[in-house]
Amino acid sequence: MTYEPVIGLEVHVQLKTASKMFCGCTTEFGGAPNSHTCPVCLGFPGVLPVLNQRALVGSIRAAIAVGCKISGKITFHRKNYFYPDLPKDHQISQYDEPLSENGHLKIKISGKEKTIRIKRVHMEEDAGKLIHEEGGGSSFVDFNRSGMPLLEIVSEPDINLPEEAYRYLTDLKLLLRYLDVSDCDMEKGSLRCDANISIRKKGETGLGTKAEVKNMNSFKAVKSALEFEFERQVKRLEAGERIVQETRLWDPDREITVSMRSKEEAHDYRYFPEPDIVPFMLQNDLIEMERKNLPELPEARKARFTSAFGLPEYDADVLTQEKDTADYFEECLKFYDKPKIISNWLMGDVSGYLNAKNLFVRNSKLRPQGLAGLLKEVDSGKISGKMAKDIIIEMLDTGKDAPAIISEKGLSQISDGGELDKVAEEVIAENRKTAEDFLNGKDNALMFLVGQVMKKTKGKANPSAVNKMLREKLSKK
Amino acid sequence: MDNLYSLTAGELLSLLDKKSVKPEEIIESVYFRAQSVDKNIKGYIHIDKEKALAQTKSLPAAGKLRGIPVAVKDNICVEGELTTCASKILRGFKPPYSATVIEKLKSEGAIICGRTNMDEFAFGSSCENSSYHPTLNPWDTGRIPGGSSGGSAAVVSADEAIMALGSDTGGSIRQPASLCGVVGMKPTYGRVSRYGLIAFASSLDQIGPLTKDVRDAALLLGVIAGYDDKDSTSVNIPVPDYLGCLENDVKGMKIGIPKEYFVSGMDKEVEGSVKEAITLLKGKGARIAEVSLPHTEYAVAVYYILATAEASSNLARFDGIQYGYRCADPENLLDMYERTRGEGFGAEAKRRIILGTYVLSSGYYDAYYLKAQKVRALIKNDFERIFESGCDCILTPTSPTPAFKIGERALDPLSMYLSDIFTISVNLAGVPGLSIPCGFTKNGLPIGMQLIGNFFEEEKLFRVAYTYESNTDWHKKNPNIQ
Repeated sequence: MTYEPVIGLEVHVQLKTASKMFCGCTTEFGGAPNSHTCPVCLGFPGVLPVLNQRALVGSIRAAIAVGCKISGKITFHRKNYFYPDLPKDHQISQYDEPLSENGHLKIKISGKEKTIRIKRVHMEEDAGKLIHEEGGGSSFVDFNRSGMPLLEIVSEPDINLPEEAYRYLTDLKLLLRYLDVSDCDMEKGSLRCDANISIRKKGETGLGTKAEVKNMNSFKAVKSALEFEFERQVKRLEAGERIVQETRLWDPDREITVSMRSKEEAHDYRYFPEPDIVPFMLQNDLIEMERKNLPELPEARKARFTSAFGLPEYDADVLTQEKDTADYFEECLKFYDKPKIISNWLMGDVSGYLNAKNLFVRNSKLRPQGLAGLLKEVDSGKISGKMAKDIIIEMLDTGKDAPAIISEKGLSQISDGGELDKVAEEVIAENRKTAEDFLNGKDNALMFLVGQVMKKTKGKANPSAVNKMLREKLSKK
Repeated sequence: MDNLYSLTAGELLSLLDKKSVKPEEIIESVYFRAQSVDKNIKGYIHIDKEKALAQTKSLPAAGKLRGIPVAVKDNICVEGELTTCASKILRGFKPPYSATVIEKLKSEGAIICGRTNMDEFAFGSSCENSSYHPTLNPWDTGRIPGGSSGGSAAVVSADEAIMALGSDTGGSIRQPASLCGVVGMKPTYGRVSRYGLIAFASSLDQIGPLTKDVRDAALLLGVIAGYDDKDSTSVNIPVPDYLGCLENDVKGMKIGIPKEYFVSGMDKEVEGSVKEAITLLKGKGARIAEVSLPHTEYAVAVYYILATAEASSNLARFDGIQYGYRCADPENLLDMYERTRGEGFGAEAKRRIILGTYVLSSGYYDAYYLKAQKVRALIKNDFERIFESGCDCILTPTSPTPAFKIGERALDPLSMYLSDIFTISVNLAGVPGLSIPCGFTKNGLPIGMQLIGNFFEEEKLFRVAYTYESNTDWHKKNPNIQ
């Protein structure tokens, strides 16, 4: 009997805004506990929420990008439950009239495209964070996160492999970062993911009893948790047991899921319309403006990189993984018009350097003009490609431009007659035998001679100039 | 000259303008009065003369309420000052911020002179549900002053404050104003910022004035009204010059009398006084028309579903975590929640939290909350239809009876709930309502009538009330406090 998992994901991302969802407190990450708070996000008696317009606009942008239908009516509900990290003991969220519904995200899985439908995209506020004293003495609450603006993106149960879940998350993150809607940084808690998973026999269309899996702190953990959970459910069914509807927690150390609460213990959240925020209609032109101003999305950009710049698919894929990198690439193109060469450098030496230093190209010291300048020096023959590899490290380290480094270090290569001519003569004189081998038809012999010239000039000679010069000299012999 | 404490804000302001009194003298006088009579009235929870005097040191030069002592209901936050909703669960609570209305009062030079008693979290119509002590009616200390803003109504009535702020969710300003013989107004929902008003039912609550006469009510509303970007439910409509609208003239105004508000079995003396008032206004040229508010009979039921639903959520935050009362030595989180709330809330608060939790529960939501919302819309339509038909205002009794005896209804919540039967619809519809004294029973208890206006037409209510007041002298009578 073969089973397949049926998976739906609930992704929470923190919207990229300066201030919180319903008050003016900063959304900056970190800060001493409770330093980014005010009476509103602390839920003090008498306070009222005021909706952050930027959060609304970001949410609209994301909803448009995943093809959701935006109803135009904005309403909030209260989700009521008691917990110490929830200062009002209710969360302001959206319920039966979400911002938007019925979208989709296309993912590519082993070369094939698959559409994952998106059920809804809605706004809500975050809760604070509990910190438990070691040994269990006391618990503390940090409300810095309380009231952070969140966007919840709920997929339909269209995901049928843990690998697809991974891909979905990766593509969603890429998209949201492109839109500048969220940083989607799981480490800083700006992206969180819960998964609903059930199983069924392959070929069936019904849905089994699902488990909700929480506490996964990386995309890889999501994948591992789903793999584990799939197998757990299969084993249960095969042993003749039933699947219980429950919430399970991923334990990353033991790499298993453990039951947290069953359906019977589930909360009755007593949702009702938030009376402190009067429902309102979005102005149509606001939605249209966001639609018009939508940046080019990753898929489209990738396609353009291959068609307009003639880049191989692989290069286009790598360069469009981050909007910043793609922007940077196009910026370089303004100063230097050989796309593949820029791509090689960005994907090779530059990205190697950045990865080692944990930097992004945008906040490195290398400017697009700088990189272009360096490549022009190579083209003009002033420096060799090998020299350029050293120079770019220097540029990344110091922010200096290529000409400055070249003249500072006397790096420019020797390609003119005088000095090179002398060295070539010397090398031929010192390597008679090899020179004759060449004249007798051994082409490889020339490479040795070129190497000798390079050695004598400490790499400053232009190899192709040396090559040409040696051929000329030997043919005259 | 009369004692300063017995004057209205309008009278005191003209004395202040002429420099014939100083703000300090007004405060001394009001505190002298409070000290002599509040032991019999118990309208105040806190009163602090030194703090009030300190406020006179930095008064704005041209404030509209410069030097006028204003008493504030205990559910409106004042930064750094005890604000407890008369509840044990907020004992000792000092808010870190002030309500918008408090900021507005202060910027116009008003002196916050004390905090007035109320039913706990504004749950009640008698001021008996205070965790401190009941407040007594200045006209008969064996009777309740009404509620929940009973403290504010009583201190204004007893001349212990020049004016006061209350809050009104289902009649909590108008009913005590009526029972204590003062003027009280619930403004249009959205007219006054609720920021800093500790919420009972967010979609119904409004802060409003309780004053000795109509002019003072217009003056005080003019100061506290207006859009506030901290309250998304406040409405950005300019505030009219309410004082400028006070005209002793109702000629041609159309006043609707809803037949559902004059039912058999209502108190004869109340009915008689209100009908006399109608006759008076008719004599002054108002056109009187019978109108119908057909969904009136559902108002109390709808109100106790919606108001308690919102309250159950609004009061969830009193959980012992951050502020207010926390039970001693909790064993665990659940124990802390249960005992903190069990010990901190009074009986009526618990009753309403339980009721509100119930009506929002899954399986009951549609039958209660959702249906009540639909009926609320019908009630609102009733009012809209009347105003669309050309009525300038609606006139009704404020309360079906005069002040009742202490303890009379305390054990019968339903009879207590019915004392707001004439005021509740106004909150459900969101329209403004004003209560003004219109007579006395033969036992000397005040009777009030209610004027209800169209959305954001408070000035019409002031005009009708001012005309009535100018032609009567009920508001000049004072209780004889033993």
